[in-house]
Amino acid sequence: MSDHKTMTLTLIVWRQKNASDAGKFETYTAKNITEHHSFLEMLDCVNEDLIHTGKDPIVFDHDCREGICGMCSQVVNGAPHGGQERTTVCQLHMRKFKDGDTIYIEPWRARAFPIIRDLIVDRSALDKIIQAGGYTSCHTGGVADGNAILIPKPVADEAMDAAECVGCGACVAGCPNGSAMLFTGAKVSQLAILPQGKGEAAARVRNMTNTMTECGFGNCTNHYECMAACPKGINVKFIARMNREFMKALIA
Amino acid sequence: MQLTSSSIGRKILMAITGQAMVLFAVVHLLGNSSIFGWLNGGINAYAEHLHSLPLPIIVGFRLALLAMVCVHIWFGIQLTIENRGGRPQQYAVKSTQKATFASENMIWTGSLLGLFLLYHLAHFTLQVINPETAALKNLVPLHNEMVPNVLGMVVTGFKNFFVSFIYVGAMVTLFLHLSHGIQSFFQTMGWSCDKSQPLLVKFGTLVALGLFLGYVTIPLTIFAGILKG
Repeated sequence: MSDHKTMTLTLIVWRQKNASDAGKFETYTAKNITEHHSFLEMLDCVNEDLIHTGKDPIVFDHDCREGICGMCSQVVNGAPHGGQERTTVCQLHMRKFKDGDTIYIEPWRARAFPIIRDLIVDRSALDKIIQAGGYTSCHTGGVADGNAILIPKPVADEAMDAAECVGCGACVAGCPNGSAMLFTGAKVSQLAILPQGKGEAAARVRNMTNTMTECGFGNCTNHYECMAACPKGINVKFIARMNREFMKALIA
Repeated sequence: MQLTSSSIGRKILMAITGQAMVLFAVVHLLGNSSIFGWLNGGINAYAEHLHSLPLPIIVGFRLALLAMVCVHIWFGIQLTIENRGGRPQQYAVKSTQKATFASENMIWTGSLLGLFLLYHLAHFTLQVINPETAALKNLVPLHNEMVPNVLGMVVTGFKNFFVSFIYVGAMVTLFLHLSHGIQSFFQTMGWSCDKSQPLLVKFGTLVALGLFLGYVTIPLTIFAGILKG
């Protein structure tokens, strides 16, 4: 390991004690960072230094660190998850940066996501949208034969593409309007595509989009920043599908 | 009422009213292109044909257009205010990947087009900008009857640098507005998928470019002295 070149980076990080604190940027130096560090491991190193000097570490959300769970949530140099295609910030590696770089790290910024502390925001508004209809209440009885309902492969694939959403909220963070349309579109679509979800499709799209507005998310103006920010590559075609579902619900 | 209160409902209203105005812009350009002489009698004959339509059709058409404009402006302002509130605090570093200058400034290009519309109506419909060249007061013979001299009014108007400049500037604004607006219509109506969406963005920009080129040809050819009254 000793022959690895190390990097020294300047971090400009958003620090905020709680939701009511005004918050401000603080500047830190990250030393002895190798290209193999993940972005979060780099922050771990900075936090160790901060703890050793008796300062409060930078607080950030993380869990699996494998790009699966959707917990990590940082805007790096203005791009949610750092802007690398289909990558959560935990899977962003320091080889993407150069020695001497200055990196801005900010929390998701949206009215519907109040800041809890530093880089952690409260994303429970997304849960409220799910509670408004992101489920089916069909009685399925006992254990049924998995193939009792025939679903063609392309249809199942389409539903799975929508279901890839891990609910990290990067779409909201990337959207200039702080809209959750890509998240809601994916959740509406994954159920509306499948036969089990069609029965409640009309009420679902109405309730989920109304809850989205009630939670303080903005409206979609087709910038498609959400699609660029999404670490799972959710396509805006699911917003188009949600719009179709909404129109069907309007007529129904 | 879901259509006027919900997020997607209002988005649909913006799309339909916007697209109706795009269709109007296309028809308006086709009609105006009669100034280049493909219609017997030119733009004067075209204008006379429009004005000789039954009054209920003219009034109904104008009221429908006015309704489209009003709905588009009302919800455009309302949604923009809501959306600015969606992200109250901006990022220290701005980094956009898909959003464009056009998509981010719809409210401003829209506002400029609204102001231009007022000027355009005052110029060629109410004819109060240059009253001495007003077509309604200067009749010329056409097919054995006297008709308003629209050609004379348009040519005199566009001979003026500032008038031509305003029109060309407005058409640049129209291009920006529609380069985002047309593709947005298809997405909002749900008439797009992953394969067609990038093509629709290109299609929308192309239609916007076509309208821009078509419209600016009229003031530019007149100002350059190619098209004469």
